[in-house]
Amino acid sequence: MRYLPHTDEDISSMLKTIGVKKVDDLFKTVPDDCRHTEPLNLPKPLTEWELNGLFDTLSGDMAVSPEYKVFMGAGSYDHYIPEAVKYLLGRSEFSTSYTPYQPEISQGTLQAVFEYQTLAARLLGMEVANASLYDGASALAEALLMAIRITRRSRIALSMIIHPFYRRVVKTYFEPTDYEVVELPCLGNGRTDLSSIEGMNDLAAVAVQSPNFFGCVEDLKSAGETAHNNTALFITAFTEPLAYGLLKSPGSLGADIACGEGQSLGIPRSFGGPGLGMFAGRMEHVRSMPGRLVGKTVDMDGKRGFVLTLATREQHIRREKATSNICTNSSLCALAAAMYMASVGGSGIRELAALNHDKSEYLKSELTKAGFEIAFQSPTFNEFTFKAPAGFSAVYKRLLDKKIVAGLPIAPFYPELQDHYLLCVTETSTRDDMDDLVREVKS
Amino acid sequence: MKEFPGSTGLSINEPLLWEKGKKGRNGFSLPRRDVEPCPLDDELTGEGPDFPDLSEIDVVRHYTRLSQWNFGVDTGMYPLGSCTMKYNPKTNERQAGTKGFAGAHPLLPETLSQGALRLMFELERFLAEITGMEAVTLQPAAGAHGEYVGMRLIYACHKNRGERRSKIIVPDTAHGTNPASASLCGYSAMPVKSNEKGILSPEAVDAVMDEDTAGIMVTNPNTIGLFEENIRKVAEIVHSKGGLVYADGANMNAVMGIVHMGRIGVDILHLNLHKTFSTPHGGGGPGSGPVCVRSHLKPFLPVPRVIEANGIYSLSEDLPESIGKVHAFYGNFGVMARAYSYIRSMGPEDLKKASQLAVLNANYIKESLRGIYHLPYDRPCMHECVFTDKVQESYGITTLDIAKRLMDYGFHPPTIYFPLVVHGALMIEPTETESKEDIDIFIEALKAIALEAKENPDLLRNAPHKCRVKRLDETTAARKPCLAG
Amino acid sequence: MKDVSLLNIPDDFRYAEDHEWAGLEGDNVVIGINDYAQDQLGDIVFVELPKIGSSFNKGDEFGTVESVKAVSELYMPVGGEIIEVNSALEGTPELVNKDPYKEGWMIKVKPHDTAEFNLLMTKDAYLEILKG
Repeated sequence: MRYLPHTDEDISSMLKTIGVKKVDDLFKTVPDDCRHTEPLNLPKPLTEWELNGLFDTLSGDMAVSPEYKVFMGAGSYDHYIPEAVKYLLGRSEFSTSYTPYQPEISQGTLQAVFEYQTLAARLLGMEVANASLYDGASALAEALLMAIRITRRSRIALSMIIHPFYRRVVKTYFEPTDYEVVELPCLGNGRTDLSSIEGMNDLAAVAVQSPNFFGCVEDLKSAGETAHNNTALFITAFTEPLAYGLLKSPGSLGADIACGEGQSLGIPRSFGGPGLGMFAGRMEHVRSMPGRLVGKTVDMDGKRGFVLTLATREQHIRREKATSNICTNSSLCALAAAMYMASVGGSGIRELAALNHDKSEYLKSELTKAGFEIAFQSPTFNEFTFKAPAGFSAVYKRLLDKKIVAGLPIAPFYPELQDHYLLCVTETSTRDDMDDLVREVKS
Repeated sequence: MKEFPGSTGLSINEPLLWEKGKKGRNGFSLPRRDVEPCPLDDELTGEGPDFPDLSEIDVVRHYTRLSQWNFGVDTGMYPLGSCTMKYNPKTNERQAGTKGFAGAHPLLPETLSQGALRLMFELERFLAEITGMEAVTLQPAAGAHGEYVGMRLIYACHKNRGERRSKIIVPDTAHGTNPASASLCGYSAMPVKSNEKGILSPEAVDAVMDEDTAGIMVTNPNTIGLFEENIRKVAEIVHSKGGLVYADGANMNAVMGIVHMGRIGVDILHLNLHKTFSTPHGGGGPGSGPVCVRSHLKPFLPVPRVIEANGIYSLSEDLPESIGKVHAFYGNFGVMARAYSYIRSMGPEDLKKASQLAVLNANYIKESLRGIYHLPYDRPCMHECVFTDKVQESYGITTLDIAKRLMDYGFHPPTIYFPLVVHGALMIEPTETESKEDIDIFIEALKAIALEAKENPDLLRNAPHKCRVKRLDETTAARKPCLAG
Repeated sequence: MKDVSLLNIPDDFRYAEDHEWAGLEGDNVVIGINDYAQDQLGDIVFVELPKIGSSFNKGDEFGTVESVKAVSELYMPVGGEIIEVNSALEGTPELVNKDPYKEGWMIKVKPHDTAEFNLLMTKDAYLEILKG
């Protein structure tokens, strides 16, 4: 086996040094009744070339662009990734290292993560971003737990237009605790109705997502004011961070914590993971933050360098009192995001975000012209919900045969929204693709 | 005398991203605009983030230079104990990067995502077979996430019996993630000391186990690199009081195809695909932390579950007792694909052989350095061995100094000061992918350092000398945190 | 780390087993950590202190002190109400290392029961414990 370098001669000479006769003797501390009695029942090994064939077959089953036109976002977005980003991410000095516990030989990872923290903080308009969490859903759960720690309160208000899967993850995290979730309903315009929290003075946090699951941009400014007027922290979640290339940042609108999924920033969709849990907050709360943080410092000669810092918040030091149990995070995905943000640049991200928005508006208007109804009137970024005529599901299935995925039916998540579909258009869809879609759904 | 790999190398200076570039540059090929601009309400739009504008070559040089300041498994031996820094096969990258997998949307209709579902279904089967457990969830995104799922399963199992227990036993050798994960589920961690042999004694567990204790979290092999020989007895004690046995599989690389976790009384076990199953650690992640269970816990596993009927794979939410979801989608599929690729490349015999060689390498290092460094537990070890700085202490040299000096010799240091129960611990895990020659040079380096500790201790105190930076001021970094530029 | 003989353990304070010192200031008690504790912890990077007006019993945790890689809890040597905290430690926690008994003081307490102060160890009794 090409990954195992030992020759028979090596093995016998090493056994001699150790002073045992055979390899099995090294396992004598494992009692007989703890052992496998049969060889592992696994498929025989494949050569590298056979493996390529197997993966080509397996992955060949998957519906992906350009063969398929997939107008689906809902927490996972199709964006072009520059070849330079893929190439740089493949540098094995980055990918085959681990958490930079020894800063002197990990300055590459450390500086790159410091830069990621900085760009993420700038994108979100926040003071400090951590080095990453697992994904958007666990980032939201961690944000709520952090708000509970800071305020020492146990109730949170969660918009029902936060991604349904994120809310389910929150539910899992909250189940064994005494914490309570108040659900905030949806207004007719597709934004969160915060009126029910007026006068609630025991909320740890109010959390909304923008753009929300229906694609609508929330009025974060007024939501933040409502949260703060009721002495709660204001948490903004997101699934599409590219939106902040165009929209006002959560931080500039009063967010105390901004958290969400960073997959859009140069990370392939990869059937839902790995993604990038982005997490940012205020400096005054930094000691309550979960996750790793890289800080700038100097070495003995006064030369600039970077280290993991404020580690006393973390599990390896504070154990059961840690701010989170997280250890392994999504570091390489954070690097991908930093490389992507650096490649697109300040001018580029604005243009790219505008292009996403404008294309999505084009599809919206073409569908409206074709007689379809746009479900919510609030402004959107690159996703929107449309109401299809009853019986559209047959058309949807027919389109699958034509290699078009006409959005995501959202009735499974919101039973009151039968025949509603969430459509997403990014820079990867051309006008022709959209015209084809409209033509097909009409017929 | 062999030549040590350490050298000063080629290291090019490079500023921070925003210290370079110029407004108007661009490193991204913007897609053609084929629709009319449709401006958003001014109320909603901002200035756009303050990112630097860089050309493609600015970005490429920047990260290439940064990468050269980093040490990875591909650079050299990385014997970071408990982290299993084995070689990450390159074919795994190709497989996970195939267009169909890398580009797949997670909410594709099942008919259009059969390949990914089949891979997940089969990977679950393989992991169940390797561990001797009966059902697997791939959803947890990392080891600690898997531990959390394990705790939630215990919580759900007791709840289903109408019980709510408040404590969990955690040995003093455990990783910090164990008590932290337990605490997220509302359990308070009850420490139990390991005995003079460095392992758990049934008596110690019996003394703390009661009807309010949900179970035990046990790492086996443990963090000292020893097999918990009394595990069956410990499991019996825990089970007899209605508790469950959770095994932290961080050290599974020692026992693939050897230890049958189901038979030793383990109810729940998490794995780290980024350790045992060769997926790259990525400078700190992403990982993947599947959780394997015995069949009585299957009803509580996270949803959706991948199921198969007549060769067709689908996702099922039909598990009423499930703890719910812990990840937005199905977990880190890209990492699963790499682990699947590894298992299919290795096959059953070589997986077992990998564990045998990992244990051989660790014992070889232990025997070769015996007498030069202090061995706190002088017993046959599994895949890692733990030394201390006790001998070197008399020269005023600490584990930290030894670790830093190893960098000059061209090695990544071992894990230091862990486990906490061993004063000045140096925890060495070579893994099976290091050859005898490379291990021999590593041993030579540690011997040379032991000599330097005696003859020229300042050399160690001021180490490293050859790295890009010298020891860093971590105190100021923590007192006056600068976390963004 | 300092040998016991080199430690600065002043006569005019009382000491707790968890290495806090307590000194009388009128009817109030001033509290900090002693030279041994600051030396063991190393460079202190953060001190977390309670809110003024809060009340604790003897032995309760009133805060934490952090070095780069360790956290230690601080315990009340006497029960009482917090009437003042050393806000200088927020920005300059190193005062605890430099001057643990003066500039590095932590809290001022209005004791519930002055008898608790008298039960604390004298310098000599405390040094005996350190010598073990």
